[in-house]
Amino acid sequence: MSAKVQVQTTINNEPVEFLCEPRQSLLECLRDVVGLTGTKEGCGDGNCGSCTVKLGDRIVTSCLVLGVEANGESITTVEGLAHGNTLHPLQKAFLEHAALQCGICTPGFLIAADALLQKHPQPTEEQTRFWLANNLCRCTGYDKIIRAVQAAATEITTTKSNGAAQ
Amino acid sequence: MKAFDYAAPASLPEAVGLLASQPSARLLAGGTDLLVQLRSGRKEADVVIDVKKIPELNEITFSPETGLTVGAAVPCYRLTAHAAVQTHYPALVEVASWIGGTQIQGRASLGGNLCNSAPSADSIPLLIALGATALVAGPSGRRTIPVEEFCTAPGRNQLAPGELLVSLHIPAPAPHSGASYLRFIPRNEMDIAVVGAGASVTLTDGVITAARIALSSVAPTPLFVPAAGEALLNQAPTPAALEAAAQIAQEAASPISDMRGTAAYRRHLCAVMTRRALELAVARAQENN
Repeated sequence: MSAKVQVQTTINNEPVEFLCEPRQSLLECLRDVVGLTGTKEGCGDGNCGSCTVKLGDRIVTSCLVLGVEANGESITTVEGLAHGNTLHPLQKAFLEHAALQCGICTPGFLIAADALLQKHPQPTEEQTRFWLANNLCRCTGYDKIIRAVQAAATEITTTKSNGAAQ
Repeated sequence: MKAFDYAAPASLPEAVGLLASQPSARLLAGGTDLLVQLRSGRKEADVVIDVKKIPELNEITFSPETGLTVGAAVPCYRLTAHAAVQTHYPALVEVASWIGGTQIQGRASLGGNLCNSAPSADSIPLLIALGATALVAGPSGRRTIPVEEFCTAPGRNQLAPGELLVSLHIPAPAPHSGASYLRFIPRNEMDIAVVGAGASVTLTDGVITAARIALSSVAPTPLFVPAAGEALLNQAPTPAALEAAAQIAQEAASPISDMRGTAAYRRHLCAVMTRRALELAVARAQENN
């Protein structure tokens, strides 16, 4: 076993330091070391997207990132989406549109969709489907997820424009 | 995953020194191939050397005179967002947005795609068509390798022990030139090419004065077919001329049958994809003043 390495990060806007072995993935570090179990492991080889987190300015599959690589980086996980007891508009839309059944893929979809809406506040269906192609769901058949993301996009844009008007 | 040590050298000499002193080291850029291979046991490493802290491997530079230099570890999402790349190398933006999905593009690099040396690598036929060269550094200094000579077998390449890929250089696009890469996949995204074709074409007064064609997934390495490009020289880009070049590309291919398609199907696709890639490259050359 290699010596553990100290890693300094910012997770969901809070400074977090942890110790990990170089071989441990960021996913393992988040779940087993830091105790943030919202991020899920699916395939473990980058195909399914359930372990998606935001790392710096882009999303990644955290199973294909070493924990040590996150040193000095800022990370957003699904735990960072809600404000206290107020759900993020994407989380509300997923509930309202029944965009989940078993829920394993949901944290990854939420983080990926959040990054999409930050880049394209009003994405087309095609943009949404291509952006989310790295996230697999075996329950919903995707249509409900796409509708939820589009509803959340409208909600966020409307709230922002109302806020600007006041 | 078997235990290993981690090093993140901040300079190229440091990385070369470390690589030379550690025979079982593996280089980490985006990790989208390496970490899968380490976890599955297909590859082993005592030390993983993260090359992303080395400035030269992380830079994108463009000048209209000398062209584009892309550091070996630059992830696809930075390439697709780069204004000069969008303007001058639209085919490169396309290919970088087809490798994996959004999350993979947040990590994966063209340099990693080349060093992984898969016959199906999407970026390599386009790099060959664009006349790209690979800058390599090692214990005995630096050398430049044309991308079409880089891969030697599935998963193997010309990198000698102790050498690492620094950057890829693509010449500035000539006036009235265009390039493209098209792949055939049974889905719309997140798939491996059954056959892919990269093409570049330069027109002078409506006549083709330069053309390069390369294929993926039809040979043990990405396949450069110089004869297909040469057949187009001094010809107008007529359907017959493009089809003749496509036939030459098809004849050069030596595909295998596997889960993605039979050899016969792949041979058929070689001509189809080459013709379509040439049509797109010609259309771009005609638009590009």
